[in-house]
Amino acid sequence: MKSLLLPPHPKERRIVFKNAWTQGYTPDIDCYVKNGGYAELKKALSMKPEEIIDEVKKANLRGRGGAGFPCGVKWGFIRRDDGKPHYITCNGDESEPGTFKDRYILHNDPHQLIEGMAIAAFALNVNLAYIYIRCEFPKAAAIVAKAIEEAKAKGFLGKNICGSGFDVDIYVHQGAGAYICGEETSLIESLEGKRPYPRIKPPYFPAVLGLYMSPTIVNNVETFCHVKQIFKIGSDEYAKMGTPGDGGTRVMCVSGDVMRPGPYEIPAGGVTLGELINDVCGGMKPGRKLKAIIPGGSSSKILRAGETFKMKVKGPDGEMIEKEVPLLDLVMDSSTLAAAGSMMGSGGVIVMDDSRNMLWALNNLNTFYAHESCGQCTPCREGVLWIDKMTTRMVNGEGIAQDPATLKNVADNIAGRTVCAFGEAASWPVQSFLEKFPEEFQVASN
Amino acid sequence: MDKHAAPSNGSRQADQIPTDLLTKIDEAVTHYPVSKRSASLPLLHLWQNHFGFVDDSGINWIANRLELQPINILELVTFYPWFRQQAAGKVCIRVCRTLPCALAGSYEVRDAFCKAAGIDPNAPPHGHSPPVSADGKFSVEFVECLASCGSAPVALVNDDLLEDITPEGTAVILSQYN
Ligand SMILES: Cc1cc2nc3c(=O)[nH]c(=O)nc-3n(C[C@H](O)[C@H](O)[C@H](O)COP(=O)(O)O)c2cc1C
Ligand code: SF4
Ligand code: FES
Repeated sequence: MKSLLLPPHPKERRIVFKNAWTQGYTPDIDCYVKNGGYAELKKALSMKPEEIIDEVKKANLRGRGGAGFPCGVKWGFIRRDDGKPHYITCNGDESEPGTFKDRYILHNDPHQLIEGMAIAAFALNVNLAYIYIRCEFPKAAAIVAKAIEEAKAKGFLGKNICGSGFDVDIYVHQGAGAYICGEETSLIESLEGKRPYPRIKPPYFPAVLGLYMSPTIVNNVETFCHVKQIFKIGSDEYAKMGTPGDGGTRVMCVSGDVMRPGPYEIPAGGVTLGELINDVCGGMKPGRKLKAIIPGGSSSKILRAGETFKMKVKGPDGEMIEKEVPLLDLVMDSSTLAAAGSMMGSGGVIVMDDSRNMLWALNNLNTFYAHESCGQCTPCREGVLWIDKMTTRMVNGEGIAQDPATLKNVADNIAGRTVCAFGEAASWPVQSFLEKFPEEFQVASN
Repeated sequence: MDKHAAPSNGSRQADQIPTDLLTKIDEAVTHYPVSKRSASLPLLHLWQNHFGFVDDSGINWIANRLELQPINILELVTFYPWFRQQAAGKVCIRVCRTLPCALAGSYEVRDAFCKAAGIDPNAPPHGHSPPVSADGKFSVEFVECLASCGSAPVALVNDDLLEDITPEGTAVILSQYN
């Protein structure tokens, strides 16, 4: 990835990406330990488990996998002493279109992940953990498996880690090419060796009835790396880097029609959309103008160049006032993007310029969702298939005048009516493309 | 069971398991102390990595090894896009199809790979049995986002991720894997 070989942009602050992009840094344990690795695990092992969870809560770490759930709160759902086995599964499925960050950690800095997971395991009384890696990362799976062996040989994993009396084993588990396995309950079914049909919530919240029907914490690769960094930097400092309620840095993956696409690690709320695209990513291609942004992975709602959003912001006297905020002034943090009707999601920012046709772009995403629906529930299985068929025929010039209305109707009848959030993930693009770019979906009446 | 599944040389895969594969299988099963069934995917991967695809005898053998019914394994093979019941090319080319790669020209890249490999670009681009060149060397298929959208368009060629591919560059790539 070329952009990462450049020195960090002034807006960047590389913490979880620090090692991965240092010249000469290698993924072996000697290099990691030489750079201070596993010191935070030793620190954590000397703390009380509740103190560890409190630190993660104070750091305001939100999950980096897509849903943005506060990590410490999730961990707090686990009753350490309930007598049941507990598990951790790390989500390295990374398949939300537009997202490309975990791959660099898995390939270049696996011990950072392992250290974060070992800290979590101690806090949550977990003796067995898995790292679920999509099989399209075959080299990463081998690198991580080797790193686990190294960590075991040095006593950071296995029996009695660092002489603490605590045991934890971690294994790599490879997926098999299905996007749905990134959904946490699907991931668990996949890990149990079954068809990965998502489980219905409630009652199957992983923290209650997870892997092997035991309490389980599922976190994203990047999330576990932030856990390690919280103990390095301190929870107060870490929280301060971001915005209230959204601590630390996060990797934003910019793709599409910008000059310098790439993953950029930036403090939460540290840039506006405009700064990210025009400053950090070098702007649009020569002669091109911005047309649309999908800000948080393909499932997040699309935003249109030039639109403005009514938002509550701090006025000159400190009181909250309502203001029209232009698209490019939106601050990149969870609450601002939610207020703009979209989301930070997985951090995948897909940028499109004025040469792009929105019907074509939506059809591409519809084909993705039609291919990836697990087929368990009828609204999703049938709905995404028909949505894809409709936009395909529209792209082929065979659309009929009712198509836009039918598309919206089908999408509206998927969202909220399915077992898992894939239903929303597949409907939001349809609903938002139609709403934001109605003129591109009109079919001359025939 | 799938009537298309026929070992390439007319014999059953389960009759030809080398000892190093058995060793790897035994090791993989130890990673799942709570439930052997969890080893289904790892065993299917090991099997497919060795034989190139999974035939009926493989499905039965894995089911037997894990004390499951063959349907428990077959339903995984038919669900997960990665698994195959027929051989793909010796060099397996998986071009990313999804939006960021499509913006950067992945459809043209797929067509160019097909052309360079002598495969009909009108063959179905997705699925468990991708089109294979007549000499069996190459298969070309679309897959969904490979999580490398910043260096689009990308493709996975066997275990290697190739980035920033151009249609003109595809013939050179094939020659490197020949
Ligand atoms: C359809 C779907 C796909 C998902 N894919 C991923 C993924 O590839 N990687 C990931 O970490 N989380 C993914 N998630 C989110 C997970 O369900 C889960 O929220 C996350 O792994 C929790 O980790 P976090 O709290 O650290 O973010 C997906 C969710 C849905 C509904
Ligand atoms: S919403 Fe779609 S992906 Fe999720 S369980 Fe239902 S059919 Fe499967
Ligand atoms: S869209 Fe091709 S790698 Fe993400």
